[in-house]
Amino acid sequence: MEHSVISASNFNAWFGDNHAVKDVSIKIEKNQVIAVMGPSGCGKTTFLRCINRMHELVPGARTEGTLKLYTDDIYTMNPIYVRYKIGMVFQRPNPFPNLSIYDNVVAGYKLNGLKIPKAEMDHIVEKSLTSAALWNEVKDSLHKKGTFLSGGQQQRLCIARAIAMEPEVILFDEPTSALDPISTSSIEALFHELKANYTLIIVTHNMQQAARVSDKTAFFYLGELVEFDNTRQMFTAPKDKRTQNYITGRFS
Amino acid sequence: MDARLKVRNTKSIIFKSVIVFLAFVITIPLIIILLYIIKQGVTQVNWHFLTHVPAPVGETGGGISNALVGSIIIVALSSIIAIPVGILAGIYLSENANTRLAYYSGLCVDILQGVPSIVVGMVVYFWVVKPLGTFSALSGSVALAIMMLPIVIRSTEQTLKLLPDSLKEAALSLGVPYHRVILKIIVPCGFAGILSGIMLSVARIIGETAPLLFTAFGNPYLSAAITKPMQSLPLLIFNYATSPYDEWHNLAWGASFILLMFVLLLNIFTKLITRKWNIQL
Repeated sequence: MEHSVISASNFNAWFGDNHAVKDVSIKIEKNQVIAVMGPSGCGKTTFLRCINRMHELVPGARTEGTLKLYTDDIYTMNPIYVRYKIGMVFQRPNPFPNLSIYDNVVAGYKLNGLKIPKAEMDHIVEKSLTSAALWNEVKDSLHKKGTFLSGGQQQRLCIARAIAMEPEVILFDEPTSALDPISTSSIEALFHELKANYTLIIVTHNMQQAARVSDKTAFFYLGELVEFDNTRQMFTAPKDKRTQNYITGRFS
Repeated sequence: MDARLKVRNTKSIIFKSVIVFLAFVITIPLIIILLYIIKQGVTQVNWHFLTHVPAPVGETGGGISNALVGSIIIVALSSIIAIPVGILAGIYLSENANTRLAYYSGLCVDILQGVPSIVVGMVVYFWVVKPLGTFSALSGSVALAIMMLPIVIRSTEQTLKLLPDSLKEAALSLGVPYHRVILKIIVPCGFAGILSGIMLSVARIIGETAPLLFTAFGNPYLSAAITKPMQSLPLLIFNYATSPYDEWHNLAWGASFILLMFVLLLNIFTKLITRKWNIQL
């Protein structure tokens, strides 16, 4: 139990009358890469957004059941604290256009008004950008606007921004679906590095990507968690018929 | 068949010529106004004109310094009142577009924009001038602030609505509280649009005469006291242009020229900003 970073039991989520996530129970262990896949509209992104309580920002959204970060119930914690501990990277790169690269990385500190000495701030920026494999490309232009970077670089900047807060878990919502193949492979390579320090949960449409990067895979279908197993097991010998149909391309 | 084609071609050509001609015609009024005001006004303007108060009847010379200073003070005060209120209300309207309150207050903003300016002046007379017991620059500023509000609110709302939700989500996902997301990310990202809305609203009110007639009232002397009557450019133009003296007519032409240049510059500036940041208003 104490190895589970995120654990859900009988977790449900709704958008108004739409029951998007149904009775999901899952235990996610530390320092692993978890891929969440499934056809469009299967609730995988909704489930992801429940983990850092972004789901509740949509009018008419509600949830039931328990979702825990270690032993704390995420839904009784302060959402601001939850989001410190659980970072998120979005589908489209979204650096803040009004901030420099430097300020984008430490945006989590600056926007929250946390006062940190300059030397420490510099250290955080360098460390986060290095972890996101972006330091060498931007170290000479830290004070330029983040929007000058290419799409792949912007996405790595967003990853650096999430890392800078030193979260326990980083959520990725289809992080490469808006990127070209080369940027995609550099981000996938990054996942292997990051899992040494963080737990990664990656929603993806792309089965090959799930197979390449993840230790475990969760398959969602129509709001249910159909199967959750080691990725190799899942792709070679799925236990559930629906998983097999999805992997073999019977539906998409 | 050929004949029909010819007729249709001719119709097209006529239609095109008409719209080109009309597009040209609509520029004429502005050109005439500009030329006329420049011709009448530019000869009046010199350093003396900008730094002296109007001369009494019968004397030559004199300037519009009282109106210039008055206009600047009144507009600055209106901006101080209208800009914060307008931006905050605009934020509400863009953030909560689907609520009943947003619908009705949006409706009120649109109607407010259509309220005749003289009516605004009269209402402010009863609200501010009467209770205070005197005409004042402050009451004039309140009247002009009411006229500024709809433009500031709508431009803030439109600008912020164009910003992608992903920006807000990015900030929220970092644990940033809502008010800081709005003030540190959303408003700065929409700054250019909000700024051009503010400049348009200033250009709109700086020439308003009617709301000032029963509020700022006018003052032949230089005054910076906001609780006393104060002169402004449009008031000076209104009073002096309707006077029987040629000297005063010349002052009014000079003041018109200054006012027009001001509005022109503000509009050009706004255009430059909107083009540079690629925003649509």
